[in-house]
Amino acid sequence: MLDIKDLKSRIGESEILRGLSLAVKKGEVHAIMGPNGSGKSTLAQVVAGHEDYEVTGGTVDYNGQDLLELSPEERAREGIFLGFQYPVEIPGVNNAYLLKAAVNAKRKHQGLDEIDAFEFLKLAREKMALLGMDPKFLNRGVNEGFSGGEKKRNEILQMAMLEPKLAILDETDSGLDIDALKAVAEGVNALRDPERAIILVTHYQRLLDYVEPDYVHVLSHGKIVRSGDKTLALELEERGYDWLREAATG
Amino acid sequence: MATEPENLEHLVNRRYEHGFVTDIATESLPPGLDENVVRAISARKKEPEFMLEWRLQAYRQWLEMREPEWAHVHYPKIDYNDISYFAAPKSDDDRPKSLDEVDPKLLETYDKLGIPLHERARLAGVAVDAVFDSVSVATTFKKKLSEAGVIFCSFSEAVLEHPELVRKYLGSVVPRRDNFFAALNSAVFSDGSFVYIPKGVRCPMELSTYFRINAANTGQFERTLIIADEGSHVSYLEGCTAPMRDENQLHAAVVELVALKDAEIKYSTVQNWYPGDENGVGGIYNFVTKRGDCRGANSKISWTQVETGSAITWKYPSCLLRGDNSVGEFYSVAVANNMQQADTGTKMIHIGKDTSSTIVSKGISAGRAENAYRGLVRVMPQAHGARNHTQCDSLLIGKQCGAHTFPYMEIRNPTAKVEHEATTSKISADQLFYCRQRGISEEDAVNMIVNGFCKEVFKELPMEFAVEAQALLNVSLEGAVG
Ligand SMILES: Nc1ncnc2c1ncn2[C@@H]1O[C@H](COP(=O)(O)OP(=O)(O)OP(=O)(O)O)[C@@H](O)[C@H]1O
Ligand SMILES: [Mg+2]
Repeated sequence: MLDIKDLKSRIGESEILRGLSLAVKKGEVHAIMGPNGSGKSTLAQVVAGHEDYEVTGGTVDYNGQDLLELSPEERAREGIFLGFQYPVEIPGVNNAYLLKAAVNAKRKHQGLDEIDAFEFLKLAREKMALLGMDPKFLNRGVNEGFSGGEKKRNEILQMAMLEPKLAILDETDSGLDIDALKAVAEGVNALRDPERAIILVTHYQRLLDYVEPDYVHVLSHGKIVRSGDKTLALELEERGYDWLREAATG
Repeated sequence: MATEPENLEHLVNRRYEHGFVTDIATESLPPGLDENVVRAISARKKEPEFMLEWRLQAYRQWLEMREPEWAHVHYPKIDYNDISYFAAPKSDDDRPKSLDEVDPKLLETYDKLGIPLHERARLAGVAVDAVFDSVSVATTFKKKLSEAGVIFCSFSEAVLEHPELVRKYLGSVVPRRDNFFAALNSAVFSDGSFVYIPKGVRCPMELSTYFRINAANTGQFERTLIIADEGSHVSYLEGCTAPMRDENQLHAAVVELVALKDAEIKYSTVQNWYPGDENGVGGIYNFVTKRGDCRGANSKISWTQVETGSAITWKYPSCLLRGDNSVGEFYSVAVANNMQQADTGTKMIHIGKDTSSTIVSKGISAGRAENAYRGLVRVMPQAHGARNHTQCDSLLIGKQCGAHTFPYMEIRNPTAKVEHEATTSKISADQLFYCRQRGISEEDAVNMIVNGFCKEVFKELPMEFAVEAQALLNVSLEGAVG
């Protein structure tokens, strides 16, 4: 589904991804871990098409398409979803409105009619109930004054409504209380499907207790320095990153 | 330019050349302004003596006044002798015969704005008999109004048919010498609307210039007078979302509203004057004096405006809150893109007891535009218990534009409660990326953010107008990002 080969990317003067390769197939769940500043969010942003990041080398293939050729909105409509590490506030824009616009943009791309307002609300309320979100969040500004955890739940709500083919969740588990973590994990598990792939960027084993990954990768200095199965995460929890960092730079 | 005696003679002679009744009104006056021109305008409109006198006094006052320089706008000096003060309506021969002859770009804009097909012809200035519908619509409309006793006609018509009302109220809100542009307008005003709502009448429909027959070519010096008698209610819509081009660069309109005891006037404007190209060339200079007088107790005047056009806008719809318990409101969205300069705002003058006013101003700047809000809240010593709430928000799109806020407060009564809130925000790259990551195009994202920003004002507009205003904003900001 997603095939990244030798990807290099920079922002301003600094090179952040330095030849990263990663292959993700349908139905798989990958966890990406690694120290602060190693490039995890950068990878997520590059895949989503953020224009501040310049791609200086490598290729990204997404279901047979050259992903780097597509605009961010085209990527989204083709089923790529990024749950942001820091979801931005858009004051004045109704949360439900954005959600509906997003759903309709995708439907239009698929040649479907716009979703009926009634049906949309029903669906949104259903998903919110699953996530333990109060329906009043629909009528607030997008992330406006949301707490950290509320913002993350809102990302999961959007994901649930958009039903992406490839979901990248950038530290969606950070800053969540136990209940929220469970709710988010359930949201992710509900989306698990042989036709979908999920990439979880995380620092903690906690999330992986609920959402079991098929693969775990460690990113360090802009490269994947180690890949393994779910036991790698446990090992990292115990030993930290130092032993890998030495292996990578040494 | 000195007055040349031949000029008058020439004008007078021309009368006879063309015959008095039929053709006079179809001849434009040559450029230049002096007393004779004022007389000629009045004569062409067959105005009664009092009207001519009024104009002449205004002209003399204007001569002694100077153009204001304090607005936050810059423009080349206007040569007032280079303007023609009486423009004749275009003859049908000069107009397009059908929509096929109209500039396709203009039609494309109508399309984006969602303007109904049958209105497009009229807006594009297609010869009248080619325009179906509008005349008959207007006729039914007039009938309904006259049944309610409402007077709604062109200003010229009112001068002839209701001189007592015109005499009583004209200039009673905006005196002739109020300001330079108001004085000029008072001397040479071309035409405009006149509305009178009798006591206790709730006007059965929204009044819109659209339905006023003879609305075409009211010209650059428009004059509007609306009187809501005791306990009456009226909602008036001015303007239109279609882009208005005009050969006349200078527009100096005057609007006067009078609300007597328990009366309410809601005045909504959507204006889309041609702003000029990216460099501001060819745009309209819009210098407008709009003022409402809450003359009676418990009266209310509410201004709502969405402004997107003009190269230069200078405009401060204001309320004089004279009656006890009277209420003034001002809701405004002003968009400035490319090289536009807008200097708008309001004045709320609290005179009566327990008067209250609300100001919500939303300024949007994009491109290299400058948008200034200038607002005055004045509480007079006798205005016990006056309250004002001002909310003034600016939204910037891009890095080269500017927003400026100039709030003035003059509070001369210690019981007054005055609040002012101001915010400035930017549409950030992160916000746009967030929306795009959700599959929403950049243009739609900008529109969404802008419409969200303006929500408080849009909800004050009559429903259909609100929808049009939203579309208008979207079109005005096309290409503002990226
Ligand atoms: N806009 C930017 N300008 C300059 N440097 C940047 C920018 N964005 C990211 N970087 C740098 O790129 C490097 C990688 O950042 P990134 O956000 O991808 O790290 P991360 O692995 O997600 O870290 P964390 O675990 O803290 O979220 C960091 O050193 C960061 O400072
Ligand atoms: Mg990160």
